[in-house]
Amino acid sequence: MAKIKSLAELKAMRENLQSNLDLREKSNNPDAMVQVKVAMATCGIAAGAKQVMEHMMEKADQLKLGVVFTQTGCMGYCHAEPTIEVKVPGKDPIVFGHVDNKKADEILEKYVMNNELVEGIIPVNYEKI
Amino acid sequence: MINVTIDNKKIQVEEGTTILKAARQAGIHIPTLCYFELAGMKFENKPGGCRVCVVEITKDFNGKPRRNLAPACATDCVEGMEVLTHSPRVINARRTVVELILSDHPNDCLQCEKSGDCELQALAQKLGIRNIPFKGAQSTYRKDQTLSVMRDVDKCVMCRRCETMCNNIQSVGALSAVNRGFNAVVAPAFEMNLGDSSCVNCGQCVQVCPVGALTLVDNISDVMNAINDPTKTVVVQTAPAVRVALGEEFGMEPGTIVTGKMAAALRQLGFDYVFDTDWSADLTIMEEGTELLGRVKKVLNGEKATLPLFTSCCPGWVSFYEKNFPDMLDYPSTAKSPQQMFGAVAKNFFAQKIGVKREDMVVVSIMPCLAKKSECARDEFKVNGNPDVDFSLTTRELAHMIKQYNIDLNNLEEADFDSPLGQSTGAAVIFGATGGVMEAAVRTAYEIYTGKPLANIDLEVVRGLEGTKEATVDFNGLPVHVGVCYGLANARKLMEEVRNGNPRGFHFIEVMACPGGCIGGAGQPYHHGNSDIIRKRMEATYREDAGKPIRKSHENPDIIAIYKEYYGEPCGHLSHEQLHTHYFDRSQHVEACGE
Amino acid sequence: MTKIKTHVLCCGGTGCKASASDEIIANFERILKEKGLQDEVQVIRTGCFGFCEKGPIVKMLPDNTFYTQVKPEDVEKIVNEHIIKGRKVTDLLYLDPENKQHVSDSKHMGFYKKQLRIALRNCGFINPENIEEYISRGGYEAIAKVLSEMTPQDVIDLVTKSGLRGRGGAGFPTGVKWGLCAKNKADQKYVICNADEGDPGAFMDRSIMEGDPNSIIEAMAICGYAIGASKGLVYIRAEYPLAIHRLQVAIAQAREIGLLGDDILGSGFNFDIELRYGAGAFVCGEETALIHSMEGKRGEPTLKPPFPAVSGYMGKPSNVNNVETFANIPIIITKGAEWFSTIGSEKSKGTKVFALAGQINNVGLIEVPMGTTLRDIIFEIGGGIKGGRKFKAVQTGGPSGGCLTEKHLDTAIDYDSLMAAGSMMGSGGMVVMDDTSCMVAIAKFYLEFTCEESCGKCSPCRIGNKRMLEILTKITEGNGTMDDLQELRNLAAVIKDTALCGLGQTSPNPVLSTLDNFWDEYVEHVVDKKCRAGVCKKLMSYVIDKDKCIGCGKCAKNCPAEAISKTNYIAEGHKLPSMAIDTTKCIKCGACISGCKFEAISIK
Repeated sequence: MAKIKSLAELKAMRENLQSNLDLREKSNNPDAMVQVKVAMATCGIAAGAKQVMEHMMEKADQLKLGVVFTQTGCMGYCHAEPTIEVKVPGKDPIVFGHVDNKKADEILEKYVMNNELVEGIIPVNYEKI
Repeated sequence: MINVTIDNKKIQVEEGTTILKAARQAGIHIPTLCYFELAGMKFENKPGGCRVCVVEITKDFNGKPRRNLAPACATDCVEGMEVLTHSPRVINARRTVVELILSDHPNDCLQCEKSGDCELQALAQKLGIRNIPFKGAQSTYRKDQTLSVMRDVDKCVMCRRCETMCNNIQSVGALSAVNRGFNAVVAPAFEMNLGDSSCVNCGQCVQVCPVGALTLVDNISDVMNAINDPTKTVVVQTAPAVRVALGEEFGMEPGTIVTGKMAAALRQLGFDYVFDTDWSADLTIMEEGTELLGRVKKVLNGEKATLPLFTSCCPGWVSFYEKNFPDMLDYPSTAKSPQQMFGAVAKNFFAQKIGVKREDMVVVSIMPCLAKKSECARDEFKVNGNPDVDFSLTTRELAHMIKQYNIDLNNLEEADFDSPLGQSTGAAVIFGATGGVMEAAVRTAYEIYTGKPLANIDLEVVRGLEGTKEATVDFNGLPVHVGVCYGLANARKLMEEVRNGNPRGFHFIEVMACPGGCIGGAGQPYHHGNSDIIRKRMEATYREDAGKPIRKSHENPDIIAIYKEYYGEPCGHLSHEQLHTHYFDRSQHVEACGE
Repeated sequence: MTKIKTHVLCCGGTGCKASASDEIIANFERILKEKGLQDEVQVIRTGCFGFCEKGPIVKMLPDNTFYTQVKPEDVEKIVNEHIIKGRKVTDLLYLDPENKQHVSDSKHMGFYKKQLRIALRNCGFINPENIEEYISRGGYEAIAKVLSEMTPQDVIDLVTKSGLRGRGGAGFPTGVKWGLCAKNKADQKYVICNADEGDPGAFMDRSIMEGDPNSIIEAMAICGYAIGASKGLVYIRAEYPLAIHRLQVAIAQAREIGLLGDDILGSGFNFDIELRYGAGAFVCGEETALIHSMEGKRGEPTLKPPFPAVSGYMGKPSNVNNVETFANIPIIITKGAEWFSTIGSEKSKGTKVFALAGQINNVGLIEVPMGTTLRDIIFEIGGGIKGGRKFKAVQTGGPSGGCLTEKHLDTAIDYDSLMAAGSMMGSGGMVVMDDTSCMVAIAKFYLEFTCEESCGKCSPCRIGNKRMLEILTKITEGNGTMDDLQELRNLAAVIKDTALCGLGQTSPNPVLSTLDNFWDEYVEHVVDKKCRAGVCKKLMSYVIDKDKCIGCGKCAKNCPAEAISKTNYIAEGHKLPSMAIDTTKCIKCGACISGCKFEAISIK
């Protein structure tokens, strides 16, 4: 490790390092953040959920959006995999189906950033505990 | 000056005055136990451990009462302070604390060596303690003794005076607190025997112990047996410092000189010959002074010689440098101490003179010292296992003997010492006080070196109770730089200074282990921290010197005679054989203590 | 490059380590590698989570799943289910003792709900052996701020204004302490961190050092700047090897990147830290004793004044603060005095970490705002008394503290209220007792500790505590008298009034507070020779109910003292004569009771 010789260097170091702990910092207070849950059961993985999740994480970083990504089990919409649930603070969660990279970008850019609705919403048909 | 109120008496004291001292100024004597001071001699022990001197501060620096009771010995007065020394709370606490201490103290006052001199006993008496409400465990430890010191630490009250003395004043480091809680006690490192430790037997721990935890090794019965044995010729010698202190044991003022009465008492005790260590002190000056001049002359001639010369009269000091400075054993004078010179002369020259076999002569010394008991037991001072000096008694033991023999010292006719080992000069008398050996040596060495009489023989610069003194004496153009110290911590500093190149250029250094020299020795009557007593003994010493018709060792006719008759010359062949010694590396004892 | 999607935080504190957390971590690393997930999942060994009762703890992020009592063999399941399939492993989740529901997020656990973690902010969150994690949480920004924007006096003022008081027990205002040391001129001063945590059962300081060592380093440097010291010393007991290791690692890393050493952050300020090891003596938590111990002398207190601020380590002005006190400093600097002073009670600001123990459901390390009530701590955070028994007392402040009762439950605890109630904050030990605890025996227990740990320097503590212990022993053995109770009270008062240091002055507190609050129990022991909690063996007797006993003789066979024999009495409906216990022979071992199937033997 190189020596830190000034306050500016310390700050720069922190900036650089911050992403390491991002995941933990975010989960400290997830309700204040946008939460994205990716259904990652066998069906989801088979339909490419993993790749979509990676892509979406990249994108969220690029857009400098504070998003918490979590993996979850099967949501029950195996017909519409990959499915993701997006919860913007203060709003009810919305589930999107058939999410590919393009759809993922759209969800982030339109729904999350500008509150525009995007196609592909699956009506939630049960109460979650 | 600050204003304080103690027991409703308003007084003014200097800043930095403790409540204890302020109260004394107001005539209020708060009892103490662990607290101990030798005023002006840099010895103060105030660990604040016993809690006997606690007082109630009803108004502290903040105008409020202090929450807890405060130890008067270690709490400084502050402006406006109000203190109660005998409120019900204080009296109850003080009594309870003393009861607690007594509850862990053996109840054998009647047989205790310290009985009558014990500060805990006095305290119990002052507080009128009649029963101890606490029954419980008693601390028990192994008894231990050296040739000089007895340890019965069941009696230890953890005042830590011995520890402070051993570490701060003597830098010997033999004693310190070990174990915890109820089992805490003062002991050598790893609870080893004191005799195996770095202890030098100076005995100052005994001198300051308030109770009977540290006492001397009592040789009275050995001496009585020798006197009662008709086959033995018993010779006694008395050290310079004894005569100015013995009277205290008989109610006389400190500083009373009892030389004549003491000689008379010794004769009544049954000693066959009553001689004087002062005589051999004069002899010591001849040998040591000659040795000094020899080394100085060598250096002046560009030859190799070890300077400064250190005195070697004090056995505590000898043991100290053997244990701590094994690399510097060639510095101290090889001259034996006066006690041992006397023993050597008595068992060689004198025994031969009166036709008594060495084995049939018993030499007893009366010393102000505990280390002398260990010194006379050294192997190098024995011939075929027979020691030059058989037994060494302290001033206190002599007083016990005199009392036991129903001798009324106060009303005794004064008597003289016997001849030929009884006559001495003023130079020998002052051996008892710090600086005395130096002064005596200068009186003689000057005259021998210069061949002229010394104009002013009172070398005031090396007198007094300063811990370390230095002076330069003009030996007719040769400046001789001398140093004097007492307390082995002071000696350690000088030794280290010399080891580091002797930057002050000392030629001669006198070292005595005990505060004020031998007059403050561990075998003297207990001074209980009153340094005025030591001062008065010192004044008496110089008074005795001033009153002597002869005040220079080399003018002692008996000394001149013995050289003529027996030894030939100082530092000659025979004197080397009988009057000089050598030293041993005993550093393993210090290493054993983990230092 | 694949993105890390999951962080597995695994507790590496001493408690969880003892329950194989190292093996858990190793298993995670191995299995993740086997499954090719090593780039997606990061395993972090953190400091203590506090919930030691349920350790080892494994926390999964970002979904905040809190697994408890995880065993090394559970790891495979967590990886397969949680990480790969996104399904929670229910049987490893915390079970709410009230409603028997599994709780997955620690935020919804009673144990964490009322906690506010300031001193423990990084514990269980970062890898303590990686300074970068500390920095990325804003670490060392406080020292940077101090060095670039503040004068030493500003720092002292800010700490003073925050109202932070010493967490070691006495609660002396920290800023004032710094100020006293700062004003003494000297060529060398020392910042000393007191990490000699010695209360039985207390481990807050250890957890902080294990979980967030950099916060201590940073705080010590800040203190050094404020008081003008360039040297820091941590006095830590050698029996804390993990804390020592973490501190060593942190110090080495801080040196490497120039946050310790010369010219820190180009400010010209020099500061470095060394560790000094103690042998684990309770009294060495007292600052003067601590300093003597560091100097290589016997660890025993000396009188103050002189205070360490004037003459401390090696005779130089020194400032001694406790670990938890230091842990608060960096965040006070970055968030400000106002922020800190809004937390807590009127005279005690901020939070306090407690080691919660005893007959309570949730044993562990907690941090709550000053002024939280004992009731909240015991019943909300602690989850109430074990086995649904009745609360009897809570001991705070360790051997220096006292026992508080039901009537104190709603006291908002801070330094002053605890003192007023006859106890102490101490360093934060808190032991909860139910009706199976005998208060005389409790007082005796703490006194045994003090007697063991007393240095023996002053007579009241050395002999007085021994005598108190002897009286208490007498009482618990049924030989006490009412005079003994009188003597006990007097002794306690005198020791409190006269002992030299804090250890001795507070050592009677367990006795005094139980005498005050449980007088009846003492009298019962003395007059009725009874111990209602059934703890004092010598006061118990075993009795066989002659009508329940069928005379099978199993008890007599079990009895190692041959104290049980047949009687002549045959109860109605029984065939054999009943058994009886000779109480003079009985050693009260209980072997008879455990062998009796007919519940015929009881303790009276």
